[in-house]
Parts: sequence; structure tokens; C-alpha cells
Amino acid sequence: MKLESLKHRASKKALIAVSIVGMFAGVCAIPAGAVAAKTIASKGLVYIIPKDTTNPYEVIADNGVKAALKTEGWRGVVDSGTTDTAAAQEPAIQAAIAAKASAIVIAANDPKALCPELEKARRAKITIIGFDSDNYCAGNLFINQANTQEIGASEVDLLAGEINDTGQIAILSAAATATNQNAWIGYMKQELTKFPNISLVATVYGNDDPTVSLTVLQGLLTQYPNLAGIISPTTVGISTAAQYLSTHESQYSNLILTGLGLPSQMGTYTGNDNVKAFELWNPFDLGSLAGWAAMEIHSGVVQNKVGATFTIPAKGTKLVEAKSWTVTKAIAGSGDPSNFVTLGAPFVFTAANVKNFNF
Amino acid sequence: MPLVAISSPLESNEEVPAPLDRHSLAFGAHSLVRWESALVLFFIFDLFYGGFTAPDFFSQNTIFFAGINFGLIAIMALPEMLIITTGEIDLSVAAMLGLSCASFGYLFEHHVEVFLAMILTLGVGAVGGALNGFLVTRVGLPSIAVTIGTLTMFRGLAEVILGTNEVTGFGGPWTDVGTNTIPGTPFAWAFGIFVVLALIYGVVLHFTSTGRSIFAIGLQEEAAFFSGIRVKRIKFNLYLISGIVCAFVGLLYTYETNTARYDAGTGLELNVVAIVLFGGISIFGGRGSLLGVVLSVIAVGIFDQILSIKNVSSQEQSIVFGILLLASVVLPNSARGYRALRKRFGPGSYTSAGVPESTV
Amino acid sequence: MSVTEEVITSEPVKTHRVAETLSRARELAIVAVILVIFAITTIKSPGFAHLTSIQQVMTNASLFTLLAVGETMVIVTRNVDLSVGSTLGISAFLVGDYFTHNAHASIVIAFLIGIGVGAFCGAAIGLIVTVTKVPSLVVSLAALYIIRGILNIIGLGIQIEPTAIPLSFQKIGFETFAGIPWIFIIPALVALGVGFSMRSFRSMRELYAIGSNPGAAQLAGVPVARRVFTAFVVSGSLAGLGGVLFLSEFATVNATAGSGYELLVVASCVIGGVAIFGGSGTVIGAALGAILLQIINQSLVVINVSPFWDSALAGALILVTVSFDRLLSNRATLALRLKGSAARGN
Repeated sequence: MKLESLKHRASKKALIAVSIVGMFAGVCAIPAGAVAAKTIASKGLVYIIPKDTTNPYEVIADNGVKAALKTEGWRGVVDSGTTDTAAAQEPAIQAAIAAKASAIVIAANDPKALCPELEKARRAKITIIGFDSDNYCAGNLFINQANTQEIGASEVDLLAGEINDTGQIAILSAAATATNQNAWIGYMKQELTKFPNISLVATVYGNDDPTVSLTVLQGLLTQYPNLAGIISPTTVGISTAAQYLSTHESQYSNLILTGLGLPSQMGTYTGNDNVKAFELWNPFDLGSLAGWAAMEIHSGVVQNKVGATFTIPAKGTKLVEAKSWTVTKAIAGSGDPSNFVTLGAPFVFTAANVKNFNF
Repeated sequence: MPLVAISSPLESNEEVPAPLDRHSLAFGAHSLVRWESALVLFFIFDLFYGGFTAPDFFSQNTIFFAGINFGLIAIMALPEMLIITTGEIDLSVAAMLGLSCASFGYLFEHHVEVFLAMILTLGVGAVGGALNGFLVTRVGLPSIAVTIGTLTMFRGLAEVILGTNEVTGFGGPWTDVGTNTIPGTPFAWAFGIFVVLALIYGVVLHFTSTGRSIFAIGLQEEAAFFSGIRVKRIKFNLYLISGIVCAFVGLLYTYETNTARYDAGTGLELNVVAIVLFGGISIFGGRGSLLGVVLSVIAVGIFDQILSIKNVSSQEQSIVFGILLLASVVLPNSARGYRALRKRFGPGSYTSAGVPESTV
Repeated sequence: MSVTEEVITSEPVKTHRVAETLSRARELAIVAVILVIFAITTIKSPGFAHLTSIQQVMTNASLFTLLAVGETMVIVTRNVDLSVGSTLGISAFLVGDYFTHNAHASIVIAFLIGIGVGAFCGAAIGLIVTVTKVPSLVVSLAALYIIRGILNIIGLGIQIEPTAIPLSFQKIGFETFAGIPWIFIIPALVALGVGFSMRSFRSMRELYAIGSNPGAAQLAGVPVARRVFTAFVVSGSLAGLGGVLFLSEFATVNATAGSGYELLVVASCVIGGVAIFGGSGTVIGAALGAILLQIINQSLVVINVSPFWDSALAGALILVTVSFDRLLSNRATLALRLKGSAARGN
């Protein structure tokens, strides 16, 4: 990895200059040395490797990728395991290599465990695009659903506003090893230093299993009867908690719940005593953007270099709000060698808007 | 314990006569109709099916990937096979993999010299295996209950050791063992290790007195005991070896993914048991051959790879695997049942008239 | 591999009494452990001694209690059913699907669908086990993969949403009757009912006979195949009922519901004193075992022990209880043998 960044350093200045011009002109960045703007290849095959093949959230994102690919006549194949393990994703990467795929769009179940396999794919000239959950592997461009720091911080801000900046709060997470969860929780803790009257009393792990989530939630409620708020940055956790609180409203009417949830699952609860607002992004848009990134980078329209920008052709704007994205570095100190593209700010769902979404 | 001997004759299954000869003969004329033959047919089917329908099937990649994906399960299947042959079971294999992975990660993170850390990790495996063995043989507990307990406990200890922590950056010369081929061949190291271990296990099981004792224990534990076989010691050693081998697999896993985390290999125990059973090993013990397990591993490993290349979804793969597993016990059983019916039709033939054999 | 309960003595009545005392002692021991855990937790965190906590333990234990009851019936016949988690999942999903696609869905029909789906799965396994005489461990392991595979295909990417689940149905999951959650009353009644009939009805007692010695049971005229088949159907039906309760509790379900429950259920039975090789153990014991596993989970969170210790302690507990069990039954065997020889001496 080090070697590579050294190699790139030489051409970096030139690139930034080119890309800035590109940004103002509103067209795609022209890679250094290219004669004219390239176009997306007429066909290609993309392996979409979600965390698992059955999770509704992942399926929406997969459909987003497929929709983007279809616009350009590309083909998308979804391949992963039924459980969220890195081991189940390895065969999918190998299948992509065997099928001579153009690109892999992957939501890694482990940041580093897949690197040996992905490295083989990269050597086979397959473009690697990460989305939803990042892999810390060389040559990867990660399509981030929202700025990691912003997700963590905004959830704390959201909750703080609802509990008047005071009280005990707790976090109900997924598995103890979930990369994105731990990254968000890290930034939540950082943001909490701004609120001296809020104390984070516990972080519990529900393993994205409703039964386990409920057990640890009840433990929390028993141990901290004065709990003012809970942040659950996982769809299983927040929906389980919302169901329990809404069915025991009389006991917990002063407890505020927020986090990351699907509007379809949370619609029933939003606006009751416990759930005022929660956040998420549009998983379909996230998938689409990953699909476009895969096609454009593989075709050489854009290069995976810090400062490059890319846009989506007009025919694709139905899928993702038309605008341009800039490739940035990963957050300093995270140890992530990937480059980042951030979809946008997390969207806040409230009782007023939650019914307008169907995912 | 001796009390049980009273009821033993009633439970004798139809395979009792001359079991030892059957198994010490590696290949006989009757082997043509054995389950192993079916597995060979399955393997040949694999080659045709893969060759005609999967793109790039006959490539080095297929062989290598099948080895990488299936190698770890395959290696754990070997000690499991011996344990099942004695009529016991070890459900803690994958949890031991996880505990080994976590222990090694912890030691590595605390700058213990790599080779020493590996030895210590294998030591953890030995202790875990010995615990299983002790509880099963000395305390006399049912192995399925013991190993469900240690499964939960080993995985729990792994979680205590590493928690949310994830250790990475192992590097060094060992990485090749996890991620590359054996130099000059298309085979993954895991596959090579499997072959070597399988040879050792095969020789021990089919050509030594220890091996014959293992079958004898599985067929009739009390009879084996009274004929002077050190039942408890053999079983204890098998669990001990199983612990060490699974800890070793944990090391391989760590190097294959360059990552140590507590949930490594979660849920693989049932896959390991399933692959052993698919190899024609009887869950009651006493029946089966190592060749069966080797063929089962290779045939299923390659079949898996074909389904992967063909992009058969993993949910469909699990159905296919379930049906294969079912077929592997139903088909031979029906054939055996038919033979037994013909041979033993008459008074006292209750075993062929609808009594389910004991099951666990 | 030995099963101590296979002893045949000259005094069946006394045997019966000793066995009874044994299982009674076993159940009391679990109750004692539950109380100790409850007491320790309360000392550490006084808020625990509250009706709410008790209700929570009951709610959380309900599904496993139900599954453990069915599993006990199967294990007692010297079989095992590893498919219960998958069966619970497919039942929960199909009932959810029924609510989603029927605006005027009936709760009674929902229960019938859930139990029916479960009974079907159980019957399929029971049929294969009894007709082909293939070990049930293998059959139910295969069924685990097949049922989950089918569920993953029909439920691909679908999340049954709480809006689709009628409130009256959800109330089963959270309303209480005389302070006891309905979701616990159902499994408790099932456990008491099955427990009573396994003590009192000949056909159910025959399950123990089969588990103690299938050959002898067959010779004694017990319709072995039919009884084993019934045990699997009951186990499947209860897993199906578990699926219905799962949906009423969480009001949302996807294809992963119930994954990995199978070994926990077997563990509950083992902790509850059900001999894994059949022939002994009670439904009530198994239900208590399930409750014990749940209360451990919950009290660890409450007394603020790192949640990472959860599995390690649960595993140690399983080992301790089965060892304890062995100790008890060794003593009982000794007592029986002494009595037997005394009787012969007379």
C-alpha cells in the first residue's frame, strides 16, 4: 500500500489541477494523460456482494446497483452467503474472478479478512468498489452512505436535542465486531464530550437478533430505570426497541429512542412518546451510486484518485439526485487506505415525512 | 456402567457379525456397492457437470479456491470422523477454531513471538480438547451435552479475550500458507495439509490395532472394554487430538484472512458433522471409512465450487446440501434395510420391522 | 453412551418412585439456581426485584420454553430434532405474510397456519425417520438446511412490517393476565399439559419406554414408529406455535428468524435434566432449563458484567449442570441396586 501511494504522489498535483477544472466544467474528471473524455464501456459484468443475500436493506441496495447497471446495458449478479460472515463472501469474490467480471461491488463483513481475496481480484483487473460497510483493502473506492463521523455525531445531536442535553443514555448496537457500528460508536463518544450533562452509561450488543436485542434492552431498562435515551444504530435494534417501548409506553414514556432505522419498519412508532426522529440514507441511492462508480471507474471515465470528481449521466439522474461527487481520503487515523465518496448527509425521518418512503 | 451390558444384546444391530474384517479390508469385491463408490460417482458427475456447464471450470483457480474454501472444514472433519466412529460426537470444533483465533490474536497483539504464540495456541487447543475428553470419559457425561457446553464456553471465552477488538497485520512468511498455493502446484496449503493428515489418519484407522479398537468401541463399547481395549484412554486421546487440530485450523484461518476475531468460524460445527456423515460414517459409530470422508470432502468441495461459479444462490445451495445429506443416509439405509429384511425375515426380526435405531 | 435408567428391577413401583424423586430433585435444583441468580442480581441491582423484571424474564424465556417442551418429547424417545429454529422461522414468516396480504386476517387462522406449517415440517421429518430408520440427528440436520433454504428463497429481501400486524395480535406479545404475560401463559400451559400427560397417559409414557430400550418397547407391543412420529409432529407444531408467538412479540420478521436456536434448545433440555440418550427427563425440567438460560443472560446485563462473559458463563453452567446430573443419577443407581439386591435377598 505504501508503495502505491508513493507512486501516485508524483502525478497527484497534476491530477488535482485537472479535476478542479473538471469540477468547474461540470464534466467528468479526465485522467492525466488521457486525450479525451472516455465513455462507459458498452457492456460489462458486475458482481454485487452484499453482507448477505436475504436482508431487506441489502436487497434494496442491490437493486439500486442493478438499476444503475441496467441503464448502461451492464449486467449485475448478486452473490453472497445467507449469513453475515466474511467466509461466506470469499466464494463470491472467487466466482467474480472466474467469471472475469469487470467490477465487484462489495459490502464487506470484515474490513480486512477479505483483502487477500480482493487483492487477487484486483490483480485480475477487476475494479473494487466498497459500499455500505468498508473494506480496508488496497485500491478500494468506498461509497460511504454518509460521512461516518457525521452519522455518529448527528445521532448524538438528535438525541441531545430531544432530552434537553441532560440524562443517562445507552447504545444498543449489533454485533460486537461490526465495523461500521464500532466506527459510529467511536464518533458518538467523541461528540458526547460536548454534552457534559449527558452520560453514556452502557453499550450493549444485540447481535442483530431480535431476541438477543430485546434481552439486553430489558437488562438496560432494569439496571438504569432513569435512562433518558437510547441510540440504536442498527435497524434490527431500533425496531425491536421501538416495539417494546411502544407496548410498554406507560412505563417508559420519558425514554427517547433514536438511531438508524428503515422508515417502513419505524413508521408505526414515529411520533409516539418514544420515537420522535431517526436517521438513515436511501439504500437504493447508495446502491445506484456504487453501480455508477463501478462502471465509470472500470471504463476509465473517472480514476480512483483523491480529488477526482464524477457525475452521473443525465439518463441516470432518475436514480440518484443529479450532482457531482468528489473522491476524498478516508478519515485520518482510521487506518483505512481506501478512497471515499460520500453519498450525502444522513436523512432525518420524522412523523411528518416518514410515510413518504417505502423502503 | 456395567449394568448397561444387560440390555446390550437386545440392541445389537445387524452389522455386528465380523465387523472388523469388513473395515480392515481396504478394497474388496464388495466395496463396489459401498457408499464410497457412490461418492466416486458423485465426483465423476462433478467433473462432467462442472466441465460442461461452468465457465473456466478446469482451471488452476477452481482447484485452488475449492481448497481454500473447503480446506478448513475438511481438516476439522478428520478428528471429528474418528470421534464419531467411537460413537461420540464433538460439536465444539468450530468454537475451538474461534478460541484459537482469539488466543493467537491476543498473544500476537501483546508482542509474543509468533512461533511461541502458535505453540501456546496449540496448547489452548490441547487444554480444551482434554477438557472435553475428561468430561466424556472420566466423568462419564454424554458427549453431545458436553460439547454443546464447551461450544458455548469456548466461543464465550474467545469473546472475553477479544471482544470488539479485531487483530490484524499478521504478515510474515506464514501468510503464504493461508493465502497462496503450495509452490509449483495449484493446491492450497490447507488442501495439502488435509491430504497429509488424511494419510496419517487413514493408516492409523485402517492398518493399526488402535484403529481397529476405535471401530470396536463404536460397535460395542462394553464388548471392547471387556476384550481389553482401553476405551477411556482412546476416547480421551481422540478429543485431545481434536482440540489440537482445531486450534491448528484456527491458526490457518487467522493467516487466511489475516485477521483474528472472536466469531471466526461460527456455526461451522454442523457443516463439519454433515460432511463426515455424508462420507458414510454412521452416527452410531463403528461404521465407515476414512476414504469415505476424503471422497466426501473432495466431491462436496468441488460441487460447492461449481455452484459458486454458476452463481447458484447460497440459499439454493443450502437446500441442495440438505437433500444430499438426506440422500446419503436414506439410500444406503434403504438398501441395507432391504437386505436385512430378506435375510432376517422371521421370528425375532424386530430390528427390521420398524424399530428406529437409537439416534444420537 | 450408557443410560443408567435402563435398569430393570424386580420392584417397578419403587423404581418409579426413585425416578420420580430424582426428577423432582432435579427440578428443585434448577429452581434453586434460578432463585440464587435472582437474589444475587437483586443485591447488586435492587431494581431487579420488581414485577417488570420477572415479566421480562418470562417474556424472553417463552419461545425457548415452548421449543424445549417439544424437543423433550423427541429426545425422550432417543431422537433429536435440530430443525426447530428453521421451523420457527418459516412459521413466523408465513404467518406474517398472511397478515400482510389479508386486510381482514383472523388471529385464529394465523395460529392455525403457524401450527400447521410446523406440524407439516415435523411430520415430514418424523415420516423419514420412522419409515427409513435413518438417525434423526442427520434427518433433522438436513431439514435445518432445507427449511432455512426454502425460507430464504420465499423471504428473500422481505421484511414483514409492524404496520401489517394487527394490534390485537401484537397484544399477545405484551399484554398480561394477572401480572403474567400472555406470551408466557401459552408455553406454560403447554408445558403443564404435556408434562401432565407424559406422567399420566399410557401412550405418552410409552415415549420413555421407547427411549429406554426401543427393541424391548417394540417387543412389549408399543407402536414405536407411531409414537416417534407423533413426538416429531408435536415438536414441529410447537415450533410453529413458537413462530406465531415470535411474530406477536416482535411484530416484524425476516428470513433470519430463529437462526441458531437449535443448539440452545437442546442445551435447555440438557440443563433441565433430559437425558440426551432418551428414557428420562421431564418437560417441566426442560422448561425450567430454558428459563434458567434466559435469566442468566438478563442478569449479566443488569449487574453490569461485560456482556462478553455471557456465553462463557452459559457454557460453564451447562457443564456444571450435566455433571451435577450425573452425580445425582449415580447415587440413584446405587440406591436402586441396593434395593434390588435387598428385594432379591428377601
